[in-house]
Amino acid sequence: MGILAQFVFCGYMLAVCGGAVRLSGVSVSSRTSVVSARGLTKTYPPGKAGSAFTAVDAIDFEVHSAEAFGFLGPNGAGKSSTMRMIGCVSPPTGGTLQILGMDAADSGKRIRARIGSVPQDDLLDPELTVGENLLIYGRYFGMSRIAIAERSAELLEFARLTDKADARVQALSGGMRRRLTIARSLMNTPDLLLLDEPTTGLDPQARHLLWERLFELKRQGVTLVLTTHYMDEAERLCDRLVVMDHGRVVATGSPRALIDTHVTREVLELLIEPGTGAAVAARAYGVADRIEVLADRLLCYTDDGERALARAHERGLGGLDALVRRATLEDVFLYLTGRSLIE
Amino acid sequence: MTTARYERARPVAVMIERNLRIYRHTWALLLAEILEPILYLGSIGLGVGVLVGHLPGLGAPSVGYPEFVAPALLATAAMNGALNETAFLMYNRLAVERIYQPILATPMSVGEVAVGEIAWAVLRSVMITVGFLGVIAVFGLVASPWVLLGVLGAAVIGFCFACVGLLVATWVRGFPDFQFVQLVMLPMFLFATTFYPLGVYPRPVQVAVECLPLYQAIQLLRGPALGQVDAALLLSAGYLLVLGGLALHWGLRRLRRILSV
Ligand SMILES: Nc1ncnc2c1ncn2[C@@H]1O[C@H](COP(=O)(O)OP(=O)(O)OP(=O)(O)O)[C@@H](O)[C@H]1O
Ligand SMILES: [Mg+2]
Repeated sequence: MGILAQFVFCGYMLAVCGGAVRLSGVSVSSRTSVVSARGLTKTYPPGKAGSAFTAVDAIDFEVHSAEAFGFLGPNGAGKSSTMRMIGCVSPPTGGTLQILGMDAADSGKRIRARIGSVPQDDLLDPELTVGENLLIYGRYFGMSRIAIAERSAELLEFARLTDKADARVQALSGGMRRRLTIARSLMNTPDLLLLDEPTTGLDPQARHLLWERLFELKRQGVTLVLTTHYMDEAERLCDRLVVMDHGRVVATGSPRALIDTHVTREVLELLIEPGTGAAVAARAYGVADRIEVLADRLLCYTDDGERALARAHERGLGGLDALVRRATLEDVFLYLTGRSLIE
Repeated sequence: MTTARYERARPVAVMIERNLRIYRHTWALLLAEILEPILYLGSIGLGVGVLVGHLPGLGAPSVGYPEFVAPALLATAAMNGALNETAFLMYNRLAVERIYQPILATPMSVGEVAVGEIAWAVLRSVMITVGFLGVIAVFGLVASPWVLLGVLGAAVIGFCFACVGLLVATWVRGFPDFQFVQLVMLPMFLFATTFYPLGVYPRPVQVAVECLPLYQAIQLLRGPALGQVDAALLLSAGYLLVLGGLALHWGLRRLRRILSV
C-alpha cells in the first residue's frame, strides 16, 4: 500500500472515530467538558536529599461528559499525580484545572462531593471491618444511614464481598481489597469516577464484572477517567486517551485513531531465540517499515503482513515461527514510550 | 442557621463515630486507662499515705494523702489519654495506615479531620475522668462535691494535650521517636506536684514547676476536689486553653503541608 493510500485511510478512520462519540452515546449535541486542564503542572517539593521534581509538566487535556478517558504511560510518567490533582487531593503547582464546572483551586470540597475515586494503593481503613469501611465512607459524604445501608448492601454484592462484610480488611486477599476499594468509590453515586489502575490484581472474572459495571455507569451518564497498564483494557474501555511520558502528553486521541496515526495497519511477529535479536534484526532490515526488537520476538511494522513475511522468507528467515496480526494499542505504546531501534 | 451549624459540626461528628466503631473492638483499652491511676492510687495514695499521714500546709485538716494525690493522678490520666490518642494513633493513621488520604478524597477537610480526632480525644479524657471519679467515690475518697467540676476540667486538659499530641504526631519520624515523648512525660509526671505540694521546692524550682502544663492541669482538678474553688482555676484553665490553641494552630499548619502533596 502506498503512502498516499495509507494517508487517505488514516483520514477516513479519524473521521469515523470523531463521529463515533456521537453515535455511541445518546446523541451528545454539545459535548460539555467535565475536566479541563490547561498547563497543568505538579512539582513536588524537594525531599531530604534531592531537589524539586516536576512530575506533571504543563499538560493540557479535556474530558467530555459521559466518556471514558484514559491515561496511559510508563511507570513514573505522572498518571497518578494527574489523577490526584483531578481528585482535588493534591493541589496543582501550576496551570488551571476546571472540574464539573468548578475551579479546583477554590471549590475542592464541592467537587470532591461529586467524585468517586479509586487510588492506586487501596488505602482502606484497617481499623474497621469491610462493611464499616463502606458505612463510614458514606458518612464522610454526609449520607444518611438508610441510604448507606441500601447502597452498601448493593455494592458488597457487586464486589462479591457480602459474606466478608464482618471480616477485617487485613483478612482480605489483594484482589478482594481492590474490589472493596472500587465499591467504596461508588458509595456517593459520583458523577465523575477516577480509577487509578482499577483492575490491577483482579482475576479475569472480577475484571469483566468491573468492565460491565463501567459500561453501565457510562450509559447512565457518569464520566470515567482511568489509568491502566493493560492495553487491551484501554482499547476496550476508553473512548479517548492520552499517552504520557516524563510528565508530558505525547499523544491524544481515540484508540483507533492512535493506532492509525502512529503505527502501521499490521504487524509481523518473528519469534527468535532470546539474545539473537540484534543479529536477526540486521538480516530482516528492510522487510518492513520499522522493526522493534523485544526479548523473544521481532515486531515488523508494515501495512501488508503477508508480503513482509514473504520477504522474510526470501532472506532465509523462514525457519522462524511467525504470525501476522493487526496493530494494537500496545504497539502504539511501545512506539511512543519505548526506544524504537531500527527505522 | 442551625442547619449551617449542624453542617459544620457533622464532619467532626463523623470522625467521632469512626472512633466509636473502633472502640467496639478495643473498649478494654479505656478500662486499662481508668485502672492505671487507680492502681497508682492504691499503691502510693494509700500505701505511702499511711506513712505520710496528714499533709502539712494544705489548710483543711480533714484532707488525707489519698485525697491529695487522687486529683493529680486523674489529671495525669486525662493528659495521657488525650496525648496518646492523638500523638500515637494520629501518627499511625497519618504515616503507617495512611487512612487520612482517602478521607480527604471525600468532602472532608484536613481541619475537620484533625478537629474531629481532637474532639474524640477530649471525649475520651472525659470518659476516663467519669470512670475514675466513680471509683474513688465508691472508696469514699471524695472530699467535696465540687469534684464534679473536674469533668469540665478534664475536658480542658484533654483539649490541651490532644492538640499537643497532634503537633507531636506531625514531628514524629518513626515509632522509636516516642521514646523522646516518654522522656518528657515521665519526669513531668514526677515533678508536677503529683505526690507532694509545691511548697517542698525552693522558689526558683517552684516557678519552673508552675510552668509545666501538667502542673496547671493538676491545679485545675485538685482545687475543686479539695473544695477550694477560686479565680486561680481560671488562670490554669486559660493557660491550658492557650497552649492547646497554639499547638492546634501550628499542628494544623504542619498537617496541611504533610497531607496536601
Ligand atoms: N509525593 C511525592 N513526592 C515526590 N515525588 C513524587 C511523589 N509522588 C510521585 N512522585 C514522583 O513523580 C513521578 C510520577 O509519579 P506518578 O505516581 O504520578 O507516576 P505514575 O505515572 O502513576 O506511575 P505508575 O505507573 O508507576 O503508577 C515519579 O517520578 C515519582 O517518583
Ligand atoms: Mg500510578
